[in-house]
Amino acid sequence: MNRIKQKLQEDPQKKLLSIYFTAGYPQPENTVPIIEDLEKSGVDMIEIGLPFSDPLADGPTIQESSQVALKNGMTTQRLFEQLKDIRKAVSIPLLIMGYFNPILQFGVEKFCQKCKETGIDGLIIPDLPVEEYLLQYKEIFRKYDLLPVFLITPQTSEERIRAIDSASEGFIYMVSSASVTGGTGGFGPEQKAYFERVSKMGLNAPLIVGFGIKDAETFEQATANTKGAIIGSAFIKHLTKHGTRNIAGFTRIIR
Amino acid sequence: MNYQVNEKGYYGDFGGAFIPEMLYPNVEELRKNYLNIMQEESFQKEFNQLLKDYVGRPTPLYYAERFSKNYNTKIYLKREDLCHTGAHKVNNTIGQILMAKRLGKSRIIAETGAGQHGVATATVCALMGLECIVYMGEIDIARQAPNVARMKMLGATVIPARSGSKTLKDATNEAIRDWINNPMDTHYIIGSVVGPHPYPDMVARFQSVISEEVKKQLLEKEGREDPDFVVACVGGGSNAAGLYYHYLNNEKVGIIAVEAAGEGVLSGKSAATSALGKEGIIHGSKTLLMQTQDGQITEPYSISAGLDYPGVGPMHANLFKTGRGEFISVTDAEAMAAGLELSKLEGIIPAIETAHALAIFETRRFKEDDVVVVNLSGRGDKDLNTYIEHFNL
Ligand SMILES: Cc1ncc(COP(=O)(O)O)c(C=O)c1O
Repeated sequence: MNRIKQKLQEDPQKKLLSIYFTAGYPQPENTVPIIEDLEKSGVDMIEIGLPFSDPLADGPTIQESSQVALKNGMTTQRLFEQLKDIRKAVSIPLLIMGYFNPILQFGVEKFCQKCKETGIDGLIIPDLPVEEYLLQYKEIFRKYDLLPVFLITPQTSEERIRAIDSASEGFIYMVSSASVTGGTGGFGPEQKAYFERVSKMGLNAPLIVGFGIKDAETFEQATANTKGAIIGSAFIKHLTKHGTRNIAGFTRIIR
Repeated sequence: MNYQVNEKGYYGDFGGAFIPEMLYPNVEELRKNYLNIMQEESFQKEFNQLLKDYVGRPTPLYYAERFSKNYNTKIYLKREDLCHTGAHKVNNTIGQILMAKRLGKSRIIAETGAGQHGVATATVCALMGLECIVYMGEIDIARQAPNVARMKMLGATVIPARSGSKTLKDATNEAIRDWINNPMDTHYIIGSVVGPHPYPDMVARFQSVISEEVKKQLLEKEGREDPDFVVACVGGGSNAAGLYYHYLNNEKVGIIAVEAAGEGVLSGKSAATSALGKEGIIHGSKTLLMQTQDGQITEPYSISAGLDYPGVGPMHANLFKTGRGEFISVTDAEAMAAGLELSKLEGIIPAIETAHALAIFETRRFKEDDVVVVNLSGRGDKDLNTYIEHFNL
């Protein structure tokens, strides 16, 4: 069974903590140590960011980490080389999150095949809309047992949420607010109402909230009605400040 | 063959809407409504009235006799430089501001490179009393100071794009991020036939007034609607799309697209997308773009800020791939020389973007009785500093 599916079913009560980081940041060879430390710190799932020159949906923190990673010489090929033996050391679900163009250039099928060989369980491609996925790529994802993860936002219509739900095989990535990544405002009544509204829709796929989660309070608010939450920019800021030291210290503050 | 967009938003293999979900509601709203709104009688009336009374259309189709004689063929210039604000860009911003109003939007955002599209957007926002925010690369702000001042006089807020390479592509990224952050009240006026469907088609339709007029004007002057060739410079491709529009599916009319070679196609400092680009995705559209082998978008170079874009609209990518369009690239030096030549022979100082289209006659020969229409997309006022430096004027 795919590790993401397994993790989602394991313990119905447990709220999942997922962490995003940009591969190749702050140092090119940090990728594997970060993944290992995150697992040791009790993180449930990891999203490995494939850096891109033009990350449209990201705020300054992830933009800058992507620029640094690219300057450090990160490439798709190099990421797969770094991850070659990752399944000897790590057993939690691993996803790759990246924009579509680098994947297209690598070759979508070749990319998916490499993911399978490496032990990647799912893909989050923010600029690959669900329609294009269903039309052109679903069979390839299936063939290599990769779960597609789609985003919804507070503006996504109910009808569209249902369509996305039926195309989803793992979880739905619930974007917390109308914003690029790295928001620092915390969650108000509007977000809470949105978390509640969608959680009452009776969807098949569990909801995992991302964007703007940075501490214990926002983690708790985000997961009150959902299965889990994803932290990205706040973790990147930790890496900027402390390098790869004391990753457990960061996750301990969250929950 | 059909070279127009199909019902799925594609030109052949190119186009589509590769956008993050956050943009979906706004892009979908536009997609569902743009054709209906554009076909409304009240929209047509207001659009045409403004093009006439405010922009100054129709723009002349001018037979450039001395320039023609020099190249031994018949060259007509479509005088978009005489549009209000000095370039074709305003045809699109007039259309889109009316669209935004009908969609109930109160806040306008735009990206700009040289500042021409920014000025054209700030102008229509002043005209309609809407808030206007223009994203512009920090580097472009420094080298296009007069246009920054114009935008400010017109009441727009100019926000420097400090990410990435700090030029047009990054200004576009910032505008898209703004739209993600402001999903309810904002319309994004994109400046060329780029971006996710329906933008390329919508912008092409607003610019199509150019070839609509050429057909009538040429009938008067030459007794036929169709020239032998239409020639335009291509940055994103909007002035070209406007000139080609009514001739796209008429294969008797040759289509020539002129790209900026910068210091030479193989110099490493170039913006010749068709020569250097590969298929990929930029700003929500599947098209040709300049990128590394790893799929990272690269920074183009041209002396002309308006052609300094690493992609090209999907219509043009398809014209290139199918062979319907003939693509020629012109270096900085060739373009500058052509700009000076037109000034001396015809008393018209063209924008440096436009000068690229004029430069092809040095190498591309036409028959004596060929009728060639060149889109004179903009005037050279904004480029005086570059001309001064280049020619030590
Ligand atoms: C005068 C002029 N021509 C051409 C262009 C290039 O844009 P497009 O290819 O969309 O016509 C610009 C862009 O700023 C311009 O100002």
